[in-house]
Amino acid sequence: MKIRALVLTGEGINCDYETALAFSRAGASAQRMHINDLIESPKQLEAFHALAIPGGFSFGDDLGAGKAFANKIVHAVGKEGKLFDSIVNFIEEGKPVIGICNGFQIFVKSGLLPALGGKYGEQQVSIFYNDSGRFENRWVKLKAPESNSILLRGIGQLEVPCRHGEGKFIADNNMLSKLWEKKLVCLQYADSEGKPTMSFPENPNGSMNAIAGICNEKGNVLGLMPHPEAFLFATNHPQWAREKPDTWNGQGLKIFENAVKYVRENYR
Amino acid sequence: MDRIEICTKKEFADPKGRRLESAALEDLGIRLDSARTIKAFSISGGLSEKQLERIAREAFSDPFTQEVSVNAPLAERFQFDFLLEVAFKPGVTDNEARTAQESIENFRGKKFKGTVRTSAQYLLSGISGTEAERIAAELIANRLIECWRIWPYEKWKESKPCLEIKEAKSAEKPKVEEFDLNAGERELGLLSTARCLALSAGEIKAFAAYLKKPEVLAERKKRGLGEKATDAELECFAQTQSEHCRHKVFRAGIKYREKNLEHRIDGLLKTFIRGATEKIRMNAGKKDFCVSVFEDNAGIISFDEGWNIAFKVETHNSPSALDPYGGALTGIVGVNRDVMGAGIGAMPIFNTDVLCFGPPSKKSGDIPKGTLHPKRIFRGVRKGIEDGGNQSGIPTINGSIFFDESFSVRPLVFCGTAGIMPAEIRGKKSHEKRARSGDKIVMIGGRIGKDGIHGATFSSMQLDEASPVSAVQIGAPIVQKRALDLLLEARDLGLYDSVTDNGAGGLSSSVGEMALQSGGALLELEKAPLKYPGLQPWEILLSEAQERMTLSVPPSKLEKFLDLCKRRGVEATVLGEFTKSGKLEAKYGKKTILFLGLDFLHDGLPKLELEAEFAPAPEEPEGNIAIPDFGSELKAILSDLNVCSRHWVVRQYDHEVLGMSVIKPLEGAANDGPSDAAVIKPLADSWKGLVVSNGINPCIGESDSYWMAANAIDEAVRNAVATGADPEKIALLDNFCWPDPKFNQLKNPEGKKHLGKLVRASRACFDFSTVFGMPFISGKDSLAGDRAVEGKRYSIKPTLLISALGKIEDVRKAVSMDAKRAGYLVFVLGATRDEMQGSVFLQKHGSQKGIMPKVNAEKALALYKALHKAAVEGIVESAHDCSQGGLAVALAESAFAGGLGMKVSLEKLPREGALGDAQALFSESASRILVTVKTENREKFESMLSGNDFGCIGETTVEQFLEIRGFNGDSILKENISELKKEWMKTLDW
Repeated sequence: MKIRALVLTGEGINCDYETALAFSRAGASAQRMHINDLIESPKQLEAFHALAIPGGFSFGDDLGAGKAFANKIVHAVGKEGKLFDSIVNFIEEGKPVIGICNGFQIFVKSGLLPALGGKYGEQQVSIFYNDSGRFENRWVKLKAPESNSILLRGIGQLEVPCRHGEGKFIADNNMLSKLWEKKLVCLQYADSEGKPTMSFPENPNGSMNAIAGICNEKGNVLGLMPHPEAFLFATNHPQWAREKPDTWNGQGLKIFENAVKYVRENYR
Repeated sequence: MDRIEICTKKEFADPKGRRLESAALEDLGIRLDSARTIKAFSISGGLSEKQLERIAREAFSDPFTQEVSVNAPLAERFQFDFLLEVAFKPGVTDNEARTAQESIENFRGKKFKGTVRTSAQYLLSGISGTEAERIAAELIANRLIECWRIWPYEKWKESKPCLEIKEAKSAEKPKVEEFDLNAGERELGLLSTARCLALSAGEIKAFAAYLKKPEVLAERKKRGLGEKATDAELECFAQTQSEHCRHKVFRAGIKYREKNLEHRIDGLLKTFIRGATEKIRMNAGKKDFCVSVFEDNAGIISFDEGWNIAFKVETHNSPSALDPYGGALTGIVGVNRDVMGAGIGAMPIFNTDVLCFGPPSKKSGDIPKGTLHPKRIFRGVRKGIEDGGNQSGIPTINGSIFFDESFSVRPLVFCGTAGIMPAEIRGKKSHEKRARSGDKIVMIGGRIGKDGIHGATFSSMQLDEASPVSAVQIGAPIVQKRALDLLLEARDLGLYDSVTDNGAGGLSSSVGEMALQSGGALLELEKAPLKYPGLQPWEILLSEAQERMTLSVPPSKLEKFLDLCKRRGVEATVLGEFTKSGKLEAKYGKKTILFLGLDFLHDGLPKLELEAEFAPAPEEPEGNIAIPDFGSELKAILSDLNVCSRHWVVRQYDHEVLGMSVIKPLEGAANDGPSDAAVIKPLADSWKGLVVSNGINPCIGESDSYWMAANAIDEAVRNAVATGADPEKIALLDNFCWPDPKFNQLKNPEGKKHLGKLVRASRACFDFSTVFGMPFISGKDSLAGDRAVEGKRYSIKPTLLISALGKIEDVRKAVSMDAKRAGYLVFVLGATRDEMQGSVFLQKHGSQKGIMPKVNAEKALALYKALHKAAVEGIVESAHDCSQGGLAVALAESAFAGGLGMKVSLEKLPREGALGDAQALFSESASRILVTVKTENREKFESMLSGNDFGCIGETTVEQFLEIRGFNGDSILKENISELKKEWMKTLDW
């Protein structure tokens, strides 16, 4: 069966090429599609098995990272109805969905994640300016605590780059405990020993509970600040030349392979 | 006008406010108790209070972290001593306002006909009124593009005022002025000055003579024109003759005098730069990888059978001096467009930025009038590069920052971009393009305003309050990103025949150039989309408003093309058509306002004739400088501005987007060692890679620019080869930034000397590139590196930037600079000589003396080839170039980047001539590389290097010390590597 992954582009999304590559290296057939084309005909989504909103600088981060794009997604109406409803349907069907960096910010600000209690459209957490007050490009270690995420199955640790100015995950205490309770916290910034950390630069933005990524209750939607699609080849790692790798694949690929595997097992 | 205000909730730290607090303290020594910020959107268009309320809450803000108000000042909720409000002047690009406007439309699901402008309020506490004024003028706002007001709290409280936001408008009716060019020399000179034409009387006379030609006049009369030139014609002519477009100096005939010898050079570009490339290509035969050089917006080389790479480096010095942020930002997005418009269009895949600034520690009182502080320029330029690259999704992977006093008057901002394109698209060679007669002229991207008309020469004083600001521009990376996405899509669908960017000269240049392909063009200027009303026709023609590309679209594909543009949210306008009339013609409504022969415009004037002279400065070796303590000497050098870590800058640039990164700017055990070059792997299904590096060293240019150029070329090449580039597959780019080389008894008495240096540097370009066999594929010059301030003339140091773009067959063979394991052997390749002139060491000791570093190109090339062979063999564990600071710095950097110590002895150091310990460690001889090799590979490595200068000087150690024994065997330096690293990290750790 041909597994089809849709990767959104447009309005300043700029990691669409490598995100599409990630899916195709994982065995899917990936298509980049401009958000305006999807808005025009949201029903197109039904033909796909996986969806990604990649990283980038949609609308230049004006009005806060991801906000303007979220606003567009929430309110856009095409010939066949609201884009937002189609995306919610897609999520409800349990198909894998990933939002990376700007994509994660868009998910959070449009109320697609975590969407506890099925309250799509309600912003329940937020992502704020880094504590350092500036954009940071640096590699981080991530710990994957036990969670619902289907995309992180079999992944305990992961090294990937962070590249953002607004990546600090925040939520109120009540929400935080719910996220933990329901096993929605699926990635945390970790120190050299693999333990979650609040110290800079291992935690590059000061995220609460060192949270780098969360998923929804079903586990099919993953949002994360770091960039797994930037680690598809071992040579992407800043220290590959120090420790000649066993495989020339990068660790980030596994997340996309999980998506493809999940589709293969559940949507034949 | 309604007003939405947004601020961060009190319980969250205000990131902008905090940044301001620390910058005020660091840069101005002003201690703020607190600073908070409020963003304001002034909106016209008759939305109801209720609608505004919803928009503010749902579309403009984050309910979690922000609070909002409509038509009520949020400042009321805070305590402060002063309220400062800053807004862009009318007509200045306001990106956030554009996003806000679109957000209103997206929120309401319909077009919004009103307008939005933004402003920012700063609530400042714990300072005086004068300090508030300083913060506004020296830290936050730039008079050229922004206006502001400050209210003390007591005053503000009375009526709670805010800054009045004006919309750009001009009451002027479109009109066309005509000029009689049959005037005296003095009058023509005045005309040129008054209109900022930068034309000589001779050039204007040649223009007048053209207009008078009977056959020209007859045709002009049919179109309602005569012997007089219209303003559009005069401006267009001036633009095509400008130094920027025509490179008059590089094309000029030169009478060159050195001592008693005199000879003529028939154009620097032709003789030395293109001349070198032609010779190299001829010799390379089948190995020639040049595809399109010195023809297009960028140089194009082949990457592999299926793909080509376009590369271009531009300068954006004057704009960056006026507004560092906007100048650098438009520099980046501008050079991106060069690549987007190379051939039929390439996709940018990396940026590289080389910057020259004055020392950031300079006292405010020492800054010449009308000049921004070097630290402010540095901060602004850095931020411009961050936004230009990051927001466009183009990684900034290489660069360099050089500090020197002479750049206090004029910073240098070199912006480079490379792009990738399939060698063939839809069965046609992608580097070829041809606008056809009958094709429509279509402009896409941004709208036209007065931006950049006459560039920096327009002073803001001539403008009244509501006049759109023209001198300085802000870029809109997202508008351009949309245009780029669209362009690549349309390219692959074959929807246009030709494309070029709108840069200097705007439409007059872009359409003028493309008209050469079809044989003519007819522009209809009244159709141009404007940012605001009131532009004169000639302004529409000449505007340098950003984010615009010009395309030639065949009529059969027009509908499809325009439809695609609409669906992508990219504005596209048909502005006329390409013809084969042999003329560039422009109309405004029914009136012809420009009618000029293409041959005259592009080739109508004789070349300049210039004079150059050069007298070599005597070189004398610096005697021995007593060094009581080599350790503290090394630490001082490591913390020198020109040696220290650039991590603060690098980390704020996205250097990994697109996922191609192989060797990053920072590498090593803790990801913080300084790489010599960047390596990327541009294709998903191939391990082939690109290596990019640069060389720049203005320090010795004053003595002899020949050796400055030689060193810059060698540095760029050795950086590339050290990191893995194949020396047989390296292309070069040149960027000259020079003091004015056109002699004038009164205005520029030093002109001949400056030109002499330019000749010497160009000659070196020829000599070294031809021996290396590395062709120049593109270049650019900026020959206005002077400023007169209050009667004093300031000049930059003559500066040549060489950028190298190399290929590596398999990126898995790339070599990083950090020492890998203890017990590896430390080799130095290349001989060290007593060549201390311009070295960091001697500069620290205040000496201008010393012998200049020379380059032996044959020896260097042999060494680079041998090293590359060893790298391909996989036996080079690390390689680091020895440059600024000399061998000692290379040793320290390689050691601490690897988290290892090194034990070395100078005894086995390859060298020529007498050398003391200080010279061995701090001399900056060219063509040297520090390498580590596994013990078991020693023999193999040595046999591969045989015939070259090299020596094994020691080994890497687990002990965390750099230990150096001098020539007499005594330990002269032993320092903990983490101490050394600390010194290196701290200087620019802002």
